[in-house]
Amino acid sequence: MGNQLLVSLLTMGGLGLILSIGLAIANKRLKVEVEEDPRIQEIASVLPGLNCGACGFAMCSGFAKALVEGKAPANGCIPGGEEVAKQVASILRIEVEAREKKIAKILCYHRGKARTQFDYQGLENCRAANLLFGGNKTCLYSCLGLGDCIEVCPFDAITLVNGKIEIDEERCTGCGKCVSICPKGVVALIPEEKKVHILCNSKDKGAIVRKICKEGCIGCGICVKVCPEEAITLKDNLAYIDYEKCTECGICAEKCPTHVIQVTSNIEQ
Amino acid sequence: MNELLLIIISAVVINNFVLKYFLGICPFLGVSKQVEASLSMGMAVTFVMTLTAPVVWLINTFILVKFDLRFLEYVTDIIVIAALVQLVEMFIRKTSHGLYRTLGIYLPLITTNCAILFSALFLVLRGYNLIQSTLFGFGSGVGFTLAIVIMAGIREELDFADVPEALQGAASTLIIAGFLALAFMGFSGMPTK
Repeated sequence: MGNQLLVSLLTMGGLGLILSIGLAIANKRLKVEVEEDPRIQEIASVLPGLNCGACGFAMCSGFAKALVEGKAPANGCIPGGEEVAKQVASILRIEVEAREKKIAKILCYHRGKARTQFDYQGLENCRAANLLFGGNKTCLYSCLGLGDCIEVCPFDAITLVNGKIEIDEERCTGCGKCVSICPKGVVALIPEEKKVHILCNSKDKGAIVRKICKEGCIGCGICVKVCPEEAITLKDNLAYIDYEKCTECGICAEKCPTHVIQVTSNIEQ
Repeated sequence: MNELLLIIISAVVINNFVLKYFLGICPFLGVSKQVEASLSMGMAVTFVMTLTAPVVWLINTFILVKFDLRFLEYVTDIIVIAALVQLVEMFIRKTSHGLYRTLGIYLPLITTNCAILFSALFLVLRGYNLIQSTLFGFGSGVGFTLAIVIMAGIREELDFADVPEALQGAASTLIIAGFLALAFMGFSGMPTK
């Protein structure tokens, strides 16, 4: 038995050794005279190396290559933010515009705890639940709270706390993976420093919203009228904030009859 | 001589790895979008298979059987395949960078292409000798190439066809694969070895 162990170890070891020597020789012979731009390596070392794909390229190395070829903007790395963009720009000797940092926000007051209309016992997965009459929530536009965004988040920024989805603003890099996976489209990327949010996604008529959800946008249009900057618009019975115009005065939040507009960074109940 | 020819023909068409044994389906579906890329994929697989077969045969006959280490067969097979794939990767990277990028992740994934592992296991199972093994490996590779190139050809044509929405993409690909397998079943009446 001991002998067999020894023999098999020697065999595998020897085999590995021979093959690796062979490969080493082949590597020397076949080595590519790198025409690769040295800047690619340089940029790759500056990038965060998270391979999140938020830039739209496969892995950080793919992004680095695209940068050198001029196919990608220097500020394309979203998790890296301004700092990385600056470093990249200095390597490439180009100017860079600062990109506003955005974070993901769930535009639903209940974030998974909205009223339900039936018991859902299928796969614990928003996309699966959505296939069944659009999920078990009474409101067709609300967050289903089954956590597809939690699963897809490469930075572990999203968690479920007491049945509610919480997004850690420190950890969120604004890569937008949760935005694209959410079947309800209830997650949005919002400039980090903006604190006024309309926490509703419902495009239902006001009367219906009133019936099924206490904290929903009923499309009354009061916020549109009171906003001194004309930053709020009403579309499909839902108010939208134009964050470029918003000055965070907070008047809309005060006047909102259903208190669905909130001035806060961390939504607290 | 006749027998050797039969081994090749058998491996290429009658017992085609992809369409008879359903091995190596991953690259068969993944890289079969353009004829050119799939042809080079097939050639890479053929190269690895042809080299794997004799090496595996030698290791098996002179080491594993002799020292009663048959249980190491899978492990040694995988090591040999992995090393050869590395070699192919270096070679392709050196000769054609464009091809290297077209094949992308599927190139290192040849390592885990079950068709190659199976050809290595089959030749032991069927008791081939060195020459037969090499030819069998080569034939299997050619069979794989044939299948994937036919597939790519059909899929290229399909780009111009008006495919119903429900069948677009993966669905039609799988249906085509099924039809191809059915077509290749026509060869099964021929003598196999």
